[in-house]
Amino acid sequence: MSAPAYGVRGLGASLGGGAILHGIDLDLRTSAWTAIVGPNGAGKSTLLRVLAGLLPGSGRIELLGRALGDWPRPERARALSWLGQNQVAAEDLTVHDVAMLGRLPHQPWLAPASAADRVAVERALRSTQAWDWRERPLGALSGGERQRVLLARALAVEAEVLLMDEPLANLDPPHQADWLLLVRELVAQGRTVVSVLHEISIALHADDLIVMEQGRIAHHGACDAALTHRALERVFEHRIAIHALAGQWAALPVL
Amino acid sequence: MNLRQAAWLGWGLIAVGLGLAVLGTCVGSAGFENLLHPLFGAGVDPVEHDMAWRIVTEIRLPRTLGAWAAGALLGLAGALAQGLFRNPLADPYLLGSASGASLGVAVALAAVGGGAGMVGGSMMNGESFSMLSGSFWVRLGLTGAAFAGAVLAVLLTLALARGVGHTLRLLLSGVIVGVVLGALTSLVLLFSPESLQAMQAFMLGTTSFIGWTAWGLMFGCWCLCVLVAGALARALDGLSLGEATAQSLGLPLAPLRAALVGTLALATGTAVAQTGLIAFVGLAAPHLVRAAVKVPHRRLMWLASLMGGALLAAADLLARWAIAPQELPVGVVTAALGGGYLLWLMHRRTGGLNAGGVL
Repeated sequence: MSAPAYGVRGLGASLGGGAILHGIDLDLRTSAWTAIVGPNGAGKSTLLRVLAGLLPGSGRIELLGRALGDWPRPERARALSWLGQNQVAAEDLTVHDVAMLGRLPHQPWLAPASAADRVAVERALRSTQAWDWRERPLGALSGGERQRVLLARALAVEAEVLLMDEPLANLDPPHQADWLLLVRELVAQGRTVVSVLHEISIALHADDLIVMEQGRIAHHGACDAALTHRALERVFEHRIAIHALAGQWAALPVL
Repeated sequence: MNLRQAAWLGWGLIAVGLGLAVLGTCVGSAGFENLLHPLFGAGVDPVEHDMAWRIVTEIRLPRTLGAWAAGALLGLAGALAQGLFRNPLADPYLLGSASGASLGVAVALAAVGGGAGMVGGSMMNGESFSMLSGSFWVRLGLTGAAFAGAVLAVLLTLALARGVGHTLRLLLSGVIVGVVLGALTSLVLLFSPESLQAMQAFMLGTTSFIGWTAWGLMFGCWCLCVLVAGALARALDGLSLGEATAQSLGLPLAPLRAALVGTLALATGTAVAQTGLIAFVGLAAPHLVRAAVKVPHRRLMWLASLMGGALLAAADLLARWAIAPQELPVGVVTAALGGGYLLWLMHRRTGGLNAGGVL
């Protein structure tokens, strides 16, 4: 087997003087979908940002077998796509222009969009059902519609590894299901997806689950393993219970 | 669709600019009719003809074109500032350049004392003929002081913000520098009351002293800045998705921000040094463009420039024409028009209509 998508050893990170992550060791499989879950303030988003190289961390991070810091910036931007949360000010750009920004790592400075760029943008916008509004400014869309455009922007990079921080924010149930199918398709194509999720029932569809608590990894295992379920219930203080429902795993509140 | 609208707007603004330039040569304290005859009439005294010709080519033309260039610089700087700070209320004077230029001028005025006060006095009266030659060195000194003040203030802002790494810190430092330098300016003026009137003229902004040199300087600077801004436009689009996303797209943020701040400072400093603090053009020009078309920054730079140029050229015309043969300081005109525009925008937004994100 080739190098893991991510190899992390002894990772720590701090924000505003306070330590957020402590001693994280992690190996993430390629061609798999890993979901990161945990209570608020567990360090999920911070971990994702450090993995994306957006926040400095102590310790060692290898992306696809090469230290994260050793990647030349444009090459890393082509290999690694990032979808953050609550990030938008681009009200005046059209949907198509926003998605085209995902092609920046592929374009030489000042070069116009190539045919390949246009194809990639169209494919990405169609896969999130946003192609029909390509001429509309982002400011004229609802929260869920924007989220689909931003998702298309991240897809347009066509990177090997996709990191998504709460990609389901503002999405209605049908589009959450679409997102799920999309991620499965990406994984089937050999991509690696890592996502921070608050929707535990959706996260339980992932291949692997990372359960975080207080800046540490409480558990890392397959989503259908009983041990993983027990760890989930524990970090959420047994306020949720994992049940099998209609052939799926579901997290239900314990009242 | 957007593309066609943008092209229409661009050509329209160019046409308006050209029209204003033609009109600008016809309006002034000496009037239009008084010039027609000496210029084109038969059997005119050559001295009179020469005089009329000089009024048009050496005063009105450079002034009109200069007003356009200053407006273009401010419009461009406004678009850059709003893109860089990702804030539609950002204006080109935010980095402290305005207060720095004011302080520079105040110090220079205090240093030369009463002589400069006369310059200011004639600024207000529109007697631009007599003082153009007489106080050339004073004018040059004031321009230099304004530019140096603007540059130093921006450098001070950058030093306080510890570089360009953090946009919010940059914004805060700009505000702090503005307040402190503003206080220093007041202090200087307190101790040299004779320069108050001249200072007032600078604070209001004026286009009445733009000669060919000033025009050339501003136009050259605009050409340079608009090219640089065009090269940085895609990065501004990327930045509009947030710094994290921009970084993840492989954009080298620190050098980009440095280039943006440099361009912004150069454009603002050049305009302020030649024309004083002209209000609202930098803020309103990009807004007017965005209210009309939704375009990426690459086009916004050009359109905001053309819009700023047309706005200031029109304001300059109005300033000369409204109470001719006296004239208003152009800054008063832009402030009145700009304030009216913002009020209208607010009214439209709160009027129950969905403005579709005008701001």
